Amino acid sequence: MRAPSSREAAVGEVLLAVEDVSLSFGGVRALSGVSFDIRKGEILAIIGPNGAGKTSMLNVVNGFYQPQSGRITFKGKVRNSMRPYAAAQGGIARTFQNLALFRGMTTLDNILAGRALKMHRGFFWQLIRFGPALREEVEHRHRVEEIIDFLEIAAIRKIPVGRLAYGLQKRVELGRALAMEPDLLLLDEPMAGMNLEEKEDMSRFIIDVNQQYGTTIALIEHDMGVVMDLSDRIVVLDYGRKIADAPPEEVKRDEKVIRAYLGEPQ
Amino acid sequence: MLYREVGQYKSSYAADMAVFPILQDRIGIAVILFIAFVVFPLAGNDFVLNTILIPFLIFALAAIGLNLLTGYTGLLSLGTGAFMGVGAYACLKLTTYFPQVDIIVWILASGFFSAAVGVLFGLPSLRIKGFYLAVATLAAQFFLEWCFVRIPWLYNNSVSGAIEVPLRTFMGVPVTGPTASSVTRYLVVLSIVVFLTWIASNLVHGRIGRMWMSVRDMDLAAELIGIRLLRAKLLAFAVSSFYCGVAGAMMVFLWYGGAEADVFAIDQSFLVLFMVIIGGLGTLIGSFFGAALIYILPIALRLIPAAFGLPIRPAAAEQLTFVIVGALIIAFLVIEPNGLARLWQIGKQKLRVWPFPY
Amino acid sequence: MHILYQIFVDPFVQMGAAPDLLVQTLWDGLVAGVLYALIALGFVLIFKASGVFNFAQGIMVVFAALTLVGLHEHGVPAFVALALTVGVMFVLAFGVERLVLRPLVNQSDVILFMATFGITYFLIGMGQLVFGGNPKVMIAKELYLPDGALRFKGLGGFVSLQKIDIAAVIIASIMVAVLAIFFQRTRIGRALRAVADSHQAALSVGISLEQIWVIVWFAAGIVALTTGIMWGARSEVSFALQIIALKALPVLILGGLTSIPGAIVGGLIIGVGEKLGEFYWGPLFGGGIETWLAYVIALGFLVFRPQGLFGEKIIERI
Repeated sequence: MRAPSSREAAVGEVLLAVEDVSLSFGGVRALSGVSFDIRKGEILAIIGPNGAGKTSMLNVVNGFYQPQSGRITFKGKVRNSMRPYAAAQGGIARTFQNLALFRGMTTLDNILAGRALKMHRGFFWQLIRFGPALREEVEHRHRVEEIIDFLEIAAIRKIPVGRLAYGLQKRVELGRALAMEPDLLLLDEPMAGMNLEEKEDMSRFIIDVNQQYGTTIALIEHDMGVVMDLSDRIVVLDYGRKIADAPPEEVKRDEKVIRAYLGEPQ
Repeated sequence: MLYREVGQYKSSYAADMAVFPILQDRIGIAVILFIAFVVFPLAGNDFVLNTILIPFLIFALAAIGLNLLTGYTGLLSLGTGAFMGVGAYACLKLTTYFPQVDIIVWILASGFFSAAVGVLFGLPSLRIKGFYLAVATLAAQFFLEWCFVRIPWLYNNSVSGAIEVPLRTFMGVPVTGPTASSVTRYLVVLSIVVFLTWIASNLVHGRIGRMWMSVRDMDLAAELIGIRLLRAKLLAFAVSSFYCGVAGAMMVFLWYGGAEADVFAIDQSFLVLFMVIIGGLGTLIGSFFGAALIYILPIALRLIPAAFGLPIRPAAAEQLTFVIVGALIIAFLVIEPNGLARLWQIGKQKLRVWPFPY
Repeated sequence: MHILYQIFVDPFVQMGAAPDLLVQTLWDGLVAGVLYALIALGFVLIFKASGVFNFAQGIMVVFAALTLVGLHEHGVPAFVALALTVGVMFVLAFGVERLVLRPLVNQSDVILFMATFGITYFLIGMGQLVFGGNPKVMIAKELYLPDGALRFKGLGGFVSLQKIDIAAVIIASIMVAVLAIFFQRTRIGRALRAVADSHQAALSVGISLEQIWVIVWFAAGIVALTTGIMWGARSEVSFALQIIALKALPVLILGGLTSIPGAIVGGLIIGVGEKLGEFYWGPLFGGGIETWLAYVIALGFLVFRPQGLFGEKIIERI
């Protein structure tokens, strides 16, 4: 458990808000009228039983799915839906449940790919490489190496990611997201498939990212211990609806949440 | 032993990110360039230059073009032949209207026309993926083939329906046309290919190469890190078609000396695709390997039995080539789906630790 | 202005002015469409069951026809040659499964697709080496396929239907019906559909992937043989047929890669569309637009419906 007082002071105004968002696929209703906000500097956890719509929610936030109704307000700008490019440009980065790494490239290249929005040297300079383009590469390489050091993956930087162990792949994906220097970081089950040691490492990284870089984080996670430890606030979804939105202590005791996970008492 | 990197430390990121970080590689490239620019012109005879080296270089360039599109960006294209054709016909029209401008300039400029056509036929790639995109490129291939035959203006209204290459000189030396010597043509082709390969290498090692490979590996994730898919794909079509166009122009102007439209038929598209597959998708050196193997194999098949005293009919040699190429493709895909380039990489790995096994 | 009239009005006027020509063109389109549909059917069979886009389907058509004619040329009686060719197609299916599919079982779709390129070139070379590269005449008479034409007077002129074309349509329809029943009703058909959905799941219920693949490639081979006979009887047996097989690709785009009815509807649309386009609009462009019209039609469809008319909408989950 972390000291609550210093956290409350750091958390600020609303960075992203979703209002009354509904999403359907064909006949399947993934989200129904979900509203919550994410405040600057906080770590928000989104939890819920399987199929509750958590990943769909993240997908709506970063523009991969367009909701049928509802509004998304990001950094003050209200829209009906997000577009992936707008999300990326606005400073939203994410990782994925099933890993979305570029398997044909090395760790280093994957993380460098995350710098795509920040590299501007034009086509002509790219053609000749020597000069401004190379300088830009080196400059971004410095930044990427910082992230590599931070995530302790220096030893595997030249290895094609397809060959890495699952836990390391997840770290590389986090690195790629961090390379975007996001204001809002969306993590979809970052601890999935990890052992205790790996989970502790990952938790440490998440906390460090939040505290050192001030990055706002929203994460989906099933491990309740991690959720209770890391998050400032928890949003609980069930069958596409929000059923709770409160700090960890309250959510732990909330009847609706307990029922959602454990089912109706017989 | 030979290939040890021991002692070659890099003290800057720039050095670490160099295209050839290992000294032995740099020496190797220097040697190859020396042989190419100095030894072959001096020692080579017309046959070797005309039938082996010049076409090999031209096909290698086309293979690089296709590799950029299919290997690096993951967009399967069956229109290579047609894009090469666009370059050839563009070059013809340019030099017909402006004969005083250097032909080498026009050969390079014709690439831009190919690039424009490539972008046009690449537009569907935003909505269409995979096999379906291949069929869209087939539309380009067949439509352009039709144009090459049905628009007489393209081939200067010549009666035969074929491109007739006029005499052009560079600094007083004939470069195209019947009087151009093999050595001259070889050196021009070699220079252009080396130059464009260098440019391709710069592109793929930088942010554009990464952008393309991101689109290939997972375009959804690429979008979410801020890559604009349509721009990336259209750029790939443009650059790829540029290379194919230049290769096509060189094919007609610096090798064949004249051509009929069926040179740019769908067979050519398949040929270059095989070069890219067997050579190694997503590698530049693979383009050279693939071109070498696919192009030289039929020639070898014709020559080797004759060398052993068993003459083989040219028709049978060609058919045998088909059989062998077909079997080779399957064998390669089974053994090493990443092609000759990967085998080369593995070979170098082994060489690093030789004489130890690992 | 005049050009707009030429494109949007004149061809329809022409259609109305000579209805017998229109019917003739429609019929020709129908026949071509049926044959395209047959080739597409071979693709669909293999794709449904093994997820492989069999680029070699076209050359299989040629190879089957060549084998039949070649055997007959060497003195084998027609129906014996037919039986032997069926056997050859089985051996081919077996060989492909053993030497290509099995070693590549876990590879990506692209790799398998490229492997079928290899099969294509292999068969082209083999076919030419064994049977020679010259075009041959299909043994239509020996197989008791009808000859001549039926002529109808009416509609202001007359319409001529080649009997071989009628036979082609009938035989193709029977083939499609048989395959449809096979897929839907029989045990093996069910197994094929299971394999198409998920290799692993099929394996776990005891379906032998290898057997299924041999069966499916053999079935595609029979379809190829039928197509080869019909097409060869209408024109000739040559390697140029292989390029015509590429026309099946636009058919597949329209029909979706996994739908048998889709292959048929797609084939008919492309066949009729092509013939109408060439006959009524072709002269505007100087003729010869048949070579690319089908692809452009397919391209147009793709832009609006990337999964084709009948294909399943691809929802990518990430």
